[in-house]
Amino acid sequence: MTFALLIEQLLNGVQLGVMLFLMAAGLTLIFGVMGLINLAHGSLYMVGAFACASVAALTGSFWLGLVASLAAAAAAGALIEITVIRRLYQRDHLDQVLATFALILIFSEGTRWLFGSFPLYLDIPPLLQGAVGLPGGAQYPVYRLAIILAGALVAFGLYALISKTRLGMRIRAGESDREMIAALGVDIRTLYTLVFALGAALAGLAGAMVGALQSVQVGMGEPVLILAFVVIVIGGIGSIKGALVGALLVGSVDTLGRFLLPQALALMVPPDQAGLIGGALASMLIYILMAIILAVKPRGLFPAQA
Amino acid sequence: MKRENAINLVLLLALLATPFIAQAMGETFTVTLVTRIAILALAAVGLNIALGLGGLVSFGHAAFFGTGGYAAGILASHAMSGEPMLFGFEGSNQMPVVWLAAAIAAGIVSLAIGAISLRTSGVYFIMITLAFAQMVYYFAISWPAYGGEDGLSIVLRNAFPGVNTMRPMEFFLVCFGVLLAALIFSALLRSSRFGAALQAVRQNEVRVASIGISPMPIRLTAFVLSAMITAVAGALYADLNRFVSPSMLSWHMSGELIVLIILGGTGRLMGPVAGAALFVVLEFWLGGITERWQFFLGLILLVTVLFARGGVIGLLAGKERHG
Repeated sequence: MTFALLIEQLLNGVQLGVMLFLMAAGLTLIFGVMGLINLAHGSLYMVGAFACASVAALTGSFWLGLVASLAAAAAAGALIEITVIRRLYQRDHLDQVLATFALILIFSEGTRWLFGSFPLYLDIPPLLQGAVGLPGGAQYPVYRLAIILAGALVAFGLYALISKTRLGMRIRAGESDREMIAALGVDIRTLYTLVFALGAALAGLAGAMVGALQSVQVGMGEPVLILAFVVIVIGGIGSIKGALVGALLVGSVDTLGRFLLPQALALMVPPDQAGLIGGALASMLIYILMAIILAVKPRGLFPAQA
Repeated sequence: MKRENAINLVLLLALLATPFIAQAMGETFTVTLVTRIAILALAAVGLNIALGLGGLVSFGHAAFFGTGGYAAGILASHAMSGEPMLFGFEGSNQMPVVWLAAAIAAGIVSLAIGAISLRTSGVYFIMITLAFAQMVYYFAISWPAYGGEDGLSIVLRNAFPGVNTMRPMEFFLVCFGVLLAALIFSALLRSSRFGAALQAVRQNEVRVASIGISPMPIRLTAFVLSAMITAVAGALYADLNRFVSPSMLSWHMSGELIVLIILGGTGRLMGPVAGAALFVVLEFWLGGITERWQFFLGLILLVTVLFARGGVIGLLAGKERHG
């Protein structure tokens, strides 16, 4: 194990964390403002990836694909908010889980219908190809660094949007008292649609960016969705700050665990056993982390004021 | 609730009679289909104790379903090979032993998961049970001793004394018997003091606590009981398919189990049976018409949740009376 390898894995962890943050921010925002648990968030991630891959294949431009992913995911989000989600705000969580579970079935099968069962591939844009040198002599892909940068920009933009703008003020007001803000003349229904579309766009962006690293296929959103759940449970549901901290924590613990655990175990047990136990243990690590954090703080690290 | 009782009886008799009629008409496949209904119904009867009576929306019951399945698969594979397991236990191919092992294993897993998850409530509980089930799922995938991602085949169905379980009809009767026992247990539980306390905790936790009953042990007991019943269903499901794989642990399975209950009617005694019957028939029927059956299943589910609350039993028997 070298220092360079460790840095590389750490950056991979941050990159995973950034991507999880894009998912978790939308989920937690939607929960915080509307009190809704949205399982179909992973489907919006998939919509973003498919939109980016197919527009990029059609026009040859990744950047147009990226714009398309934002537009498609936001449009899909707004559409399901108006047709389905809107009816669920007053329902209990069980109904919300089921209705959004049904949406997953519809989205997944619908996408398979449109695009077939074969995965699509998305190339990294020429501008971001290649690698840069890291201290210690390792090479790190520019594209992954760009994802980290994009995530940081989004995090900052989201912070500015929510704490500095009029829209952000309304979102925060909607979080704390929806009747009052409606009585003050704010069109709460449109606000909800906007928030939902914003969350969807973030998920779509994450899907598009990851699409160039993995294959774009049906069902790609579900593992990410569950990781994002772990993130917001750790961070505190409804808190964007919690989502950021939780995402970076989960991203780095997961990546470093897979890298370090087998090596650490190799000091104690035979190497083949170490790989086996280490691998199995590493895949459970973030859930164990979640359990420990919940045992200490049942409402997460940054509980939103309820 | 006279009318609901009548409907419940008709449903059970129909479930029992269908395989006999199918067998007489030579449609052996239908017997397997109805067996599937009975097993899924059993799993949902388990979940219904937590979800319907206790109001605990567990999105992780696949973990217990799969634990039961793996208990059956692992015991059978050791019985086949004759090698002892961890801690020197012998394998077994006797269903009662397998069921007991499944229930105990899931009991231990659910005790651990429940003790942590039940500290939270509402949407946290949903996500945490989902996350823990996912943990078990990844563990099953990355642990290669029992097949890992490929799953584990059961060469011969586990045996039940006096029954040839390889015959579809006889295996169905075993499953139906277990389902009936679970339904009776569930009905007794519902009217017991424990059941009353559990439902009270669901309706008003603070009030229950203020008359001196601590909600946590009640919830945890219900959660564990519920997991144990679901695990027995998992063991039967593994025997039905003669195959266990991590897909039994996947979160789609957890979702499906909840769907069964909602389709049938939340908190109703026979809701799981009606839901499982409807689900399996829909799956089979839609699957015969179009390859895209999941799309339409999703639509039907969506419409049920949005517009037809109360499910099948609710539609047939009218609103549940509270009191």
